Amino acid sequence: MKLSRQEVEHIAELAKLGLTDEEVERYQDQLSSILDYVEMLTKLDTKDARPMAHVLPVSNVMRDDHVHASFPRDEILSNAPDTADGCFRVPLVLEESNS
Amino acid sequence: MAEYEAAIGLEVHAQLLTKSKMFCSCSADYAGAEPNTRVCPVCLGMPGMLPVINRKAVEFTIMTGMALHCQIPAHTKWDRKNYPYPDLPKGYQISQYDLPLAINGYLAFDVEGERKRVGIRRVHLEEDTGRLYHVEEASLVDFNRSGVPLMEIVSEPDIRSPEEAREYLVQLRMILRYLGVSTADMEAGAFRCDANISVRRQGEEVLGVPVEVKNMNSFRAVKLALEYELVRQSVLLTRGEPIERETRGWVSSENRTVSQRSKEEAHDYRYFPEPDLPPLEVAPAWVAEIGERIPELPEAKRQRFVRDYELSAYDAGVLTADRDIAGFYEQAVEIGTVGETEITPKVISNWVTGELFRLMKEENAGIESVNFSPTALVGLIRLVQQGLINANAGKSVLDEMFRTGQSPEQIVEAKGLAQISEVHALASVIRQVLDDNPKPVREYLEGKKQALGFLVGQVMRATRGKANPKVVNRLLQEALRERS
Repeated sequence: MKLSRQEVEHIAELAKLGLTDEEVERYQDQLSSILDYVEMLTKLDTKDARPMAHVLPVSNVMRDDHVHASFPRDEILSNAPDTADGCFRVPLVLEESNS
Repeated sequence: MAEYEAAIGLEVHAQLLTKSKMFCSCSADYAGAEPNTRVCPVCLGMPGMLPVINRKAVEFTIMTGMALHCQIPAHTKWDRKNYPYPDLPKGYQISQYDLPLAINGYLAFDVEGERKRVGIRRVHLEEDTGRLYHVEEASLVDFNRSGVPLMEIVSEPDIRSPEEAREYLVQLRMILRYLGVSTADMEAGAFRCDANISVRRQGEEVLGVPVEVKNMNSFRAVKLALEYELVRQSVLLTRGEPIERETRGWVSSENRTVSQRSKEEAHDYRYFPEPDLPPLEVAPAWVAEIGERIPELPEAKRQRFVRDYELSAYDAGVLTADRDIAGFYEQAVEIGTVGETEITPKVISNWVTGELFRLMKEENAGIESVNFSPTALVGLIRLVQQGLINANAGKSVLDEMFRTGQSPEQIVEAKGLAQISEVHALASVIRQVLDDNPKPVREYLEGKKQALGFLVGQVMRATRGKANPKVVNRLLQEALRERS
């Protein structure tokens, strides 16, 4: 199953990656071969297999609703490239345009 | 526009009233907190951190599902909803996609004199995002809200008018508050609503093209935005123009919706099962246990009030709109049944929905800030019913109780209000005393003023000292003047 050029560009856009033309072609091949490999699974007979949502044989791992101390803000912000007023500072995000 | 009708579905996001966040133990109470002081590596999406499910949040969601007559499936799981935005630190939101906690319920209510039933498609649990503040040339991110448990309630497109939509939200908020699972405070962002609205010719079977409406920050805004859309889409249909499938935002300052075209590419969320969280098996015993914690809901309470207390549907409705008000009222009713003068539920309802509501509205106060007890209210009503004070005086006493929290007896005493009715009570005693003592009366009228003292004494004896001597004095003089 060969991914189209548009599909690769769409995936790149969703991942916020800028790809050159040459890279788009390369990933078109690489991603397609990954899909081909996974495609093997469809050959298995799963008639008697129960649906599975998780690989571990556990369920209902929960905690009680207790509050513990949060992290000190200085520590939290110490790895951030940029901060201001106790916040992470990021490039301006435009709100969804209202006009 | 009578020939067109709307098909509206509502999506409500309600923050849950847990102490801690959905997947970590940071406090979920972020209101007023300094930015980024309610955060840890989990809710900041640091690499390698693992979420752990808050049991209370799951139980609140199941409880809500049950209150909305939903099925609670035995298997439920978590999924990742992927999209890039700076307020979402992991680049995905943990949500529920194909196996939500509750499905296929309904909410029934009365609107414009008719019974309405709106299907509930699903109730699921997810996590809230952080908040963005836009400053000059940058955005600031506060992650205090990141990971607060968020419950999403999705209705079927069964709502047929903006008024029905508003009433649905009123009823839903009431239920969430009764359950105690959310403050459901819209202004504080604890209760948010998006709508899908399509318009079709009345009687047509097929739904029209749905338009998503966002950015409605009050019940009023929901109603206005939907009214606007109903007209806008009807006009397009009348002109034979196509309706675009799109997302529109309500701009309250302009009283209109506008297209939000920026997210064209973004609706590819690539949901997949959350590998960091094992699924939940919801055992019937657990569901039953949660069900037992569901209190009497507004609808049932309203019907009981009408039946047991013989209230009008309207009075029962306003008394049960708030669980605490209903509780205050019921305590008062219970107290009213004991004691020398029985106070009927109807009389108590009149005082609560009339005078007390007026005072609460004037002061913009909730029942929790009313600083007198149901016992005190019944005490006041009893004073009025016994004729010790009249209804007008009763109102001013309630005013004073509301302001000071003093008991009605204290206030009546301090203001001398009881004397008003003593006039009536004393009048007959005085008449009797004057009739029985013609000699002192004659002496007084002839100018022997000291005879008055004797008469006052007689009245005091007749009332066993309970009368106010000053009042007796004044009333006696008036009565004597009439006999001169």
